[in-house]
Amino acid sequence: MGIIIDKNTRAIVQGITGAQGSFHTKLMQEYGTKIVAGTSPGKGGGQIHGVPVYDTVEEAQKKHSANASIIFVPAPFASDAALEALENGIKTVVIITEHIPIKDAISVMAYAKELDVTIIGPNTPGIITPGENKLGIMPAHIFKPGSIGMVSRSGTLTYEIAASLSAKDLGQSTCLGLGGDPITGLNFIDSLKLFENDPQTKAVVLIGEIGGNLEELAADYIAKEKYLKPVVAFIAGRSAPPGKRMGHAGAIIIGKAGTAETKIERFRDANVKVAEKPSDVAELLSKLL
Amino acid sequence: MKLFEYEAKSILAKYGIPTPQGGLATNVSQAHEVAAKLKPPFAVKAQVLVAGRGKAGGILFVNSIADAEEATEKLLNMHIKDIQVRSVWIEERLNIRKELYFGITTDRLNQSYLAIASAVGGMEIEEIATQTPRKIIKLLINPQHGFHTFHAREIARKMGYTGNQLSELGRIFEGLYHVGMDYDAELIEMNPIVEITNGKFAAADARIIIDDNALFRHPEYRKRLLEGEGGLTQQEIEAMENDLAYVKLDGDIGVIGNGAGLVMATLDTIQYYKGKPANFLDIGGGAPAEKIATALKIVLSDPKVKALLINVLGGITRCDEVARGILEAREKIGVAKPMVIRLVGTNEEEGKRILSEAGVHVLERMEEAAQRVVEISKHGGK
Repeated sequence: MGIIIDKNTRAIVQGITGAQGSFHTKLMQEYGTKIVAGTSPGKGGGQIHGVPVYDTVEEAQKKHSANASIIFVPAPFASDAALEALENGIKTVVIITEHIPIKDAISVMAYAKELDVTIIGPNTPGIITPGENKLGIMPAHIFKPGSIGMVSRSGTLTYEIAASLSAKDLGQSTCLGLGGDPITGLNFIDSLKLFENDPQTKAVVLIGEIGGNLEELAADYIAKEKYLKPVVAFIAGRSAPPGKRMGHAGAIIIGKAGTAETKIERFRDANVKVAEKPSDVAELLSKLL
Repeated sequence: MKLFEYEAKSILAKYGIPTPQGGLATNVSQAHEVAAKLKPPFAVKAQVLVAGRGKAGGILFVNSIADAEEATEKLLNMHIKDIQVRSVWIEERLNIRKELYFGITTDRLNQSYLAIASAVGGMEIEEIATQTPRKIIKLLINPQHGFHTFHAREIARKMGYTGNQLSELGRIFEGLYHVGMDYDAELIEMNPIVEITNGKFAAADARIIIDDNALFRHPEYRKRLLEGEGGLTQQEIEAMENDLAYVKLDGDIGVIGNGAGLVMATLDTIQYYKGKPANFLDIGGGAPAEKIATALKIVLSDPKVKALLINVLGGITRCDEVARGILEAREKIGVAKPMVIRLVGTNEEEGKRILSEAGVHVLERMEEAAQRVVEISKHGGK
């Protein structure tokens, strides 16, 4: 089980002829993901790691009817690629690309909402259901199949925490990167809902960071809806100064809004355990299970 | 990228939004020239890219050209929050009846833009929201259809205006929305937009922050940012040119890592063990050796740095590349400061071998590494 992706996921890789696209196509295939086609405008006709390459998504769709897409297209062209996937009936779109303008992301999300498409990212490592498949760039060996759902705004921090969970035999159902941008597709609340309905998931690890108020809203949701599964949170950026963008476009405290303190407080108010250090997540989880 | 007030105001003026008559001066004789063309009294405003300028004494009100010159001299000799004032904007002082607020920001939950208005203005919008939450008017902008004349009029009505004033204020709000969209603003605000005693309106202050990720559509601003006119330090520019994310902090432990969240968590862990990070530096994914060397050079250019922590969890970043980069930097720029290195993940064994053969010890756990570097920063290392 796990969420969003499963054995029926048939994906196309947009931007498959680029260095990243081609490299990760191979890794995803090796992990068991069904990559049915790739696109690269002007470079259609050949194959990359045995995957047929097309100029456009429409052409790829006619022959392969994929239901998911993963995008490695450079930022200035990425929103166009996403809209192309949406318009051609793809239902799950993972946008790996970093540095997509906010205005472009907003227009993609609006169209996705209208067509009821799930967008993961942008600026995300993607999604992995350990032992089954992945649509993403995460190093698979860190993850282990199990019952912990993970949702995060950060890539390497997820790997850090996933590795410490795996080391303690706390395997994962699905690990999902929401993306480090201010405007993303799925958010924490969406992910919590999906994990609540997934029978394999027994507990959730939520990894947030400074900027915005989506962690706060997730905390309120957990309290108000009496969320059924135990949640452990970690928030990065306690030492971050206001007004500075900490690597991710979305990781910025504006005035007094979006601080780690506010987020941590709201989770504590919702009776969610908050880890002080990344390695504490595994310990807190062990106590709850 | 933050724009200066004078830039923001000139853009607003191009879109037909009334702004006070004024001009820019970088020295006293220019101040004289500018003021001579305007009607006194004047407001002389330091052009800096930090908030809280007014409270810090960066705005002076004067009645004559001579006083404007004096005020200019005073401001040009001033630092506001450690930033040297390099220019002032001199404008005709408005007879203000009322200060209002209007701005457009992003709404993360609803994945769109949000217009925010208030019939109280002049202070930070968060402050307005805390002090008079009932005065705040919010309108979520439909991402597919945008912000229209009727939306703008409705906001003006809710702020208490009628008749010509309602239409005029609405026209200004609509204009600001178009500026925001055309310039890819992640934040645009008039704070305050003021009602003058003659019943007209003007943007007394304006702020535009362009979405850095959209600067490829605005090459003139990107160029200016890289030329150092956007308020960035030399290190920040070098980092930007090399696609590194660097933020200077005021501690003494230099930090380099891969991935924004991991680096933030590394800073937090250092702080947890009572150390003080000197910076945030994210080398991103898949960094080659040269990039690691550039990162080291940037971090070590801060004289306050006593020790260095490198925390890399290799996914697409390869540990052997990181190891080579560290040695390359050591050779080229001579790293004399003690380094604590935590290196795990892809090609970990090779990375460790390269470093240990060069006499550099590598740790496996992030907490252990953070503790060690804090110790060294306080008591000195080997």
